[in-house]
Amino acid sequence: MKNIAILQFPGTNCDLDTVYAFDKLGCKTHIVWHKETSLPKDTDLVVIAGGFSYGDYLRSGAIAKFSPIMKGVVEYANSGGKVLGICNGFQILTEVGLLEGALKRNINLHFISKFQTLKVVNNRNEFLQKCEKDEVLNIPIAHADGNYYIDEDGYRELEKNGQILVQYCNPRGEREVVNGSVNSIAGICNKEKNVFGLMPHPERAMEMVLGSKDGVKMLEGLIA
Amino acid sequence: MKAIVNIFLKEGVLDPQGKAIHHALDAIGFEGVEDVRMGKQIVLKLSATSKEEALKEVEKMAEEILANTVIEDYTIELV
Repeated sequence: MKNIAILQFPGTNCDLDTVYAFDKLGCKTHIVWHKETSLPKDTDLVVIAGGFSYGDYLRSGAIAKFSPIMKGVVEYANSGGKVLGICNGFQILTEVGLLEGALKRNINLHFISKFQTLKVVNNRNEFLQKCEKDEVLNIPIAHADGNYYIDEDGYRELEKNGQILVQYCNPRGEREVVNGSVNSIAGICNKEKNVFGLMPHPERAMEMVLGSKDGVKMLEGLIA
Repeated sequence: MKAIVNIFLKEGVLDPQGKAIHHALDAIGFEGVEDVRMGKQIVLKLSATSKEEALKEVEKMAEEILANTVIEDYTIELV
């Protein structure tokens, strides 16, 4: 049974949804308060859940990166451990430097909360290994700061290394501008492919009664 | 001593808030505005007495937490 450590900061609000999602997949979940200084032993995956850590004051994720637990997370990632950041978790991972780029205010300045179709750009990684390349997934988004920015050189590197995971698209799989992200990027991974970040919420798409269960095949990849 | 840190998105990084303000200015009839950038100002009250020391320390603060230098530039003014 895989052990999943789910981080909880003041203001995190998707931690229990994430627990539910991984419990459903048969994992053992552990909520880890941000003041802890180390991860539970035998952690197989760290998930930084969504929400508004520290109220998103200053910038989304900017204050959370200094929480005691983040030192342990950085060490865990640097020694090859798997880390997934969802929404605010993605913002925290860019702020702490485990993922490249940054997330800015949405181009239309709105908080966007809706189901959104996503195209799988690259499945040669653990996270999306259960998805087909170019597959269209239906996953909810809910964010104000999801406008992914990276400079041109950085973008070329992401592309070259196969680090772009998912892209916002219409139901036919054609690229769509949702929040102003560079090339409609919705999620990326690091070069080593053990740190993953995305704005959409796979943990909210775990069964049809919620509107979609496409989140299952995303999260399953990480515990395969 | 006070340190005033001004933080703006870098030139070339699209500023959606600045753009919205620009549209609003246009809409209510103000002409001749070529560009609007919106940033934030953080004012720190410091116990330091040496300007040089204070500047060094505030630069560190700006680099580490106050600004995200991937997308933002900052200026520091000591008063």
